[in-house]
Amino acid sequence: MFKTLLARARQGYRTAGFPAEEPGLPALFRGRPELDPTKCTDGCRQCVDACPTGALRVAEAGVELDIGRCIFCEECVAACPEGAIAFTRDWRVAASRREDLIVTDDNRPRVDALGRELRRLLGRSLRLRQVSAGGCNGCEVEVNALGNVVFDGSRFGIEFVASPRHADGILVTGPVTANMKQALLITYEAVAEPKLVIAAGACAISGGLYRSHPEVSDGIEGLLPVDLYIPGCPPHPITMLDGLLRLLGRL
Amino acid sequence: MAFAITSNAIPLPIAAVPVVEVDAFRRDVLTAIVAGGRLLLLIGLPGDGRATRLLAAIADDARGAIAVCSTDVTDAYPALTPDCPSAHYFEREIAEQYGIEPEGHPWLKPVRFPLGGPTIGEADFYSVAGSEIHEVAVGPVHAGVIEPGHFRFNCHGERVIHLEISLGYQHRGVERALRGGPDRRSLYLAETVAGDTTAGHATAYCQLFEGLAERECSARANALRVIALELERIANHIGDLGALAGDVGFLPAASYCGRLRGDVLNLTAELNGSRLGRGWIRPGGIARDIGSDELRELKRRLSDAGRNMRNAVDLLWKSSSVRARFENTGVLRHEAAADLGIVGPAARASGIDRDTRRDLPAALYRARHPTITVGDNGDVFARALQRWREIEHSLGFLADVLDDPGSGTTASAIPSLAPDAVILSLVEGWRGEIVHLAVTDAAGHFAHYKILDPSFRNWFALAFAMRGQPIMDFPLCNKSFNLSYCGHDL
Repeated sequence: MFKTLLARARQGYRTAGFPAEEPGLPALFRGRPELDPTKCTDGCRQCVDACPTGALRVAEAGVELDIGRCIFCEECVAACPEGAIAFTRDWRVAASRREDLIVTDDNRPRVDALGRELRRLLGRSLRLRQVSAGGCNGCEVEVNALGNVVFDGSRFGIEFVASPRHADGILVTGPVTANMKQALLITYEAVAEPKLVIAAGACAISGGLYRSHPEVSDGIEGLLPVDLYIPGCPPHPITMLDGLLRLLGRL
Repeated sequence: MAFAITSNAIPLPIAAVPVVEVDAFRRDVLTAIVAGGRLLLLIGLPGDGRATRLLAAIADDARGAIAVCSTDVTDAYPALTPDCPSAHYFEREIAEQYGIEPEGHPWLKPVRFPLGGPTIGEADFYSVAGSEIHEVAVGPVHAGVIEPGHFRFNCHGERVIHLEISLGYQHRGVERALRGGPDRRSLYLAETVAGDTTAGHATAYCQLFEGLAERECSARANALRVIALELERIANHIGDLGALAGDVGFLPAASYCGRLRGDVLNLTAELNGSRLGRGWIRPGGIARDIGSDELRELKRRLSDAGRNMRNAVDLLWKSSSVRARFENTGVLRHEAAADLGIVGPAARASGIDRDTRRDLPAALYRARHPTITVGDNGDVFARALQRWREIEHSLGFLADVLDDPGSGTTASAIPSLAPDAVILSLVEGWRGEIVHLAVTDAAGHFAHYKILDPSFRNWFALAFAMRGQPIMDFPLCNKSFNLSYCGHDL
């Protein structure tokens, strides 16, 4: 008992200061990309050809990057001869609408807070049932980190619960494999109305690396109504926390 | 005996692999195993016409050699499983993927429920009958933030007679997608075989790639890969110790270890930008060199983290309530572990003295490797202690590597890959031995790509360890193996 108390003193207070403070992300952190289509030269498609997930497109107004598909690997940055693409350290990449994940020179992701009535119903807690529907467990690693003492989602009433009956919504990861589709839909059905759906990670948003594999559904788009998209491969816990707090109108 | 001999990440011309009659194949493989060899893998490949080619690889851990042979079969062949239990899961996979029947196999249950086969969950499960016998079915959606899988416990009262594990929910077509490569997706597909083993699978892929191009990375690139791999091992092992503490309700160690895992992931992120090491290890080397100031800082912070880990983990060993729950729970005996071909810390905790870093190293660990130790009892306590010992050995080893990270370029261009070749690439990931196998076509593209996550071998060990246990010990036993669903399902 005494040893346990001593250890407690030694291990110290470790909860992150975010959101009151900056999140202290590493210098090399790859966050929200910025594009400068004015640098693009006619007919150049080098970034498009380098992208492993088909996240880039050359539209009429210039190059666009769909961060719903992006795995933040920076192959495009390496491929671009003009330096038109850069990944900033901005962790705020979550969005309420799918189209807001298409980053151009003037479009950037943003989250709209839930309506007043829904926020009143939720009070100070948000209980989510996580459903892992394919994928690589990378997003689950980071969702789990959201519960540790550093990110500590429970400070904000954000917790993951065992039963969909106890949940205010589901947080889905993975591209929705054929083998998980039914279980995902049953879990969603089991959550009482009103309910939220959060798509975390490139796979859940668009199928990610597995997009157009016959074994998967290209994410939950079209299967379930999505309230919040959290891009990344996997999203950083701070990115998730930021998106959830904005959804709850706390940021 | 007709074998072609190779080693880790050394390619063989496909024509050099003997194709023998099925009876000779069976006899040779079994003879090699009786002589002390280990069935590294047994897989099917598309053969000529209607035939399926079976390829077996036998590891000779004492000599660091791998023996390969093959045979062509159609429809059916006499199974190896009755004489070589570690073939059981491979033969289930062959039956599922190629429709070949290994005759005499005790039960050819589905492995992953791929498209075109039976619907997932609709299978004959092993079940126990009798009065007072009942069955508890769990999953695919579990209580926590965990990947999906289906478990059926056949119980008598609280006691589990048999646990049936049925997976495949994460099956997303990774191996199929790697065929035809290498292309712009290949490296990233390898990284996401199991997200918590990004460095392990990325290294296995890159080692395979470089082997086929007959190129070796510089000493420095190898040292940096070793840093990535050992950080991954430490992060996951300390996380598992925290989760084990959580499963017995010992929250102080659970909180500290959970945070310490994050500290190690953050160190990884400072070196490459991603907490899981995404995009760090690349064919030809590593994405980014580390400066000498950074290396010193890394050493200092690892040493700090090590002290905090020791302090947190000591609480586990010194709490009688924790030891009472860990000791003699979920015992996997040495003979069972050896028969089933179990790998990694789970095998070492059952006294199997085997580690790819020492026994079958490629360039990566050839010059030096951490101290390898083994446990004996094969219970939850042994698996927990094994993880802690491996953390300590890795920390000590990393301190040496950081002092002398070698020199050379960290990124080199890779020419085209050898055509018509077969190669096996092995890496000791944190869960155990990872194997990637590729067969190239005449143009040097992947005609076939096979991935063996350690979980593929080890899931059955969990079922074994649960026999006779109270059902309430399942979360603890499960966490003591902490196997990958996605790495199994592919």
